[in-house]
Amino acid sequence: MTTPAFIQVDGLEKTFPAPMGQEPVTVFQNLDFEIEKGEFVCLIGHSGCGKSTILNILAGLDAATDGYVFMENKEVTGPGLDRGVVFQGHALMPWLTVRENVAFAVKSRFKRHSKDEVNAQVEKYVDMVGLTPAIDKKPHQLSGGMRQRVGIARAFAIEPKMLLMDEPFGALDALTRGVIQDELLAICQATNQTVFMITHDVDEAILLADKILLMTNGPFAEVAECAYNPLKKPRSRQEMHHDEHYYPFRNHLMDFLVNGPSTPYADKASDGTPPAMEEAPRSGPRRVVNA
Amino acid sequence: MSQSLRLRGGIVSILLLLAFIGAWWGATLPTQVDLGDMDPDYAAMMGLDTVQESDIPTPGDIGSAIWTHLSDPFYVSGSNDMGIGIQLAHSLWRVLAGFALAALVAVPLGFLIGMSPLMHKALDPYIQILKPISPLAWMPLALYIIQDASISSIFVIFICSIWPMMVNTAYGVASVRDDWLAVAKTLEVSPIKKAFKVILPAAAPTILTGMRISMGIAWLVIVAAEMLVGGTGIGYFIWNEWNNLDLANVIFAILLIGVVGMILDMIFGLLGKAVSYKEV
Ligand SMILES: Nc1ncnc2c1ncn2[C@@H]1O[C@H](COP(=O)(O)OP(=O)(O)O)[C@@H](O)[C@H]1O
Ligand SMILES: [Mg+2]
Repeated sequence: MTTPAFIQVDGLEKTFPAPMGQEPVTVFQNLDFEIEKGEFVCLIGHSGCGKSTILNILAGLDAATDGYVFMENKEVTGPGLDRGVVFQGHALMPWLTVRENVAFAVKSRFKRHSKDEVNAQVEKYVDMVGLTPAIDKKPHQLSGGMRQRVGIARAFAIEPKMLLMDEPFGALDALTRGVIQDELLAICQATNQTVFMITHDVDEAILLADKILLMTNGPFAEVAECAYNPLKKPRSRQEMHHDEHYYPFRNHLMDFLVNGPSTPYADKASDGTPPAMEEAPRSGPRRVVNA
Repeated sequence: MSQSLRLRGGIVSILLLLAFIGAWWGATLPTQVDLGDMDPDYAAMMGLDTVQESDIPTPGDIGSAIWTHLSDPFYVSGSNDMGIGIQLAHSLWRVLAGFALAALVAVPLGFLIGMSPLMHKALDPYIQILKPISPLAWMPLALYIIQDASISSIFVIFICSIWPMMVNTAYGVASVRDDWLAVAKTLEVSPIKKAFKVILPAAAPTILTGMRISMGIAWLVIVAAEMLVGGTGIGYFIWNEWNNLDLANVIFAILLIGVVGMILDMIFGLLGKAVSYKEV
């Protein structure tokens, strides 16, 4: 018997009930994947294939129609402080300052903390995302990038076992996006944080992810491939396109998004493209689901 | 730029006021009456005069009425003769008491309706029927059951203030953004804490708008209620002066009602501003 993965998703399906006079919609079905502790997993797929729904099920904010999510062998049935969520629209409370927004989370997580302990925790994580100068500002006084950073600080501040992020940088300009990606990369490498992140930016996935789940279009969407990132860690935005694996891997992901599923990247390795197998960053069992 | 706009607006306001007072003054000048060839002594004996005073009070009359009332607002010399400050205090007390009781009922009920679609469906028919009833229509019933004029007025204020607050609270609570509720859920926040730390601040601007509307209505209604039940209050004062045919006092009271109403509205405007937030 092998030790089960940190997160185990089995046969997940989501069907929305039929609107008047129409068929029920099965957004996705037969979803199986695993996330190891400390792993950074990206989910890529076209708009509407059900990515946010999956993340909400992992967060416990939505319920699956069928299938299970296990976290450390316990079924996920509702939201909890062991999972931190960075929302697509930052979801900061506009009547609170940055400090108060993060403190709201810290106080919920560490109920016994004294005022000073809460404050220290808040300041530590606000500093981590470089927002100390803006700590007493309200969200409307911040730029889009700064708001998203506060959302990240708030999620990290509760020290969750897993971080869930729904297109956290989708609304940001390319420059800001790059800066925050670098920050996130540094933080995750320093803390060995387990992350599940949705994106539709292929470069973002290659930079950040150890493992990339590729989703087909809905309805009846599935995870068609689970590709391990062949680029070695540590990766950096400036250097990664010099890596010999970068273009083949990127092309593979783009092909998937444009033309749909084909031969999984791991199986292409023998036909002339750089060998991905030996350099895959993880030694765990490599599963290719539904391919 | 906006500073100069405000200045110019103020100047135009004052000019309009002067023009209005001027026209008023002109219209209430004593009129010369043509007595034809009547003997002036006979005319004087008959109470007729060549100069006839206007029936409508002049600006000067109002000025002196204002001066008289404001120079001694708090005297009490008998149950029918009290200073304007005392009358106003009675009205304000009734409005504040009725309004506060209404808030105690409307805000929690509004929360319930806003949070529970079931309660919304269940209570909606009653609200829709009760809301359009003129608050004064309750007065006879209130007088009969309560047997006290002043408390009946408070009840009427209560019943007219309750609806805007309740409806606005319910709307504000129901439209709290799902994002913020999701944050509370992922942080495992208790229902009480969620109500006070997330829903209340999120809905506060809408609730305050409801309170402002309620206060406006309450101030309209108290005058009519006091005219009806008599005794004390600014509404009673107007009715009393009308019975005395002292129009200068009536006009003074009308102005006073307007000024106090404006101040009440400004207070709720400021409270609303204090809890408002800029959404992003
Ligand atoms: N409450 C709902 N009722 C019916 N259909 C829904 C509901 N929520 C989402 N959907 C549908 O589910 C699909 C997946 O949505 P979502 O998970 O937001 O996709 P993604 O995040 O990948 O863009 C969409 O096609 C959407 O129309
Ligand atoms: Mg989405």
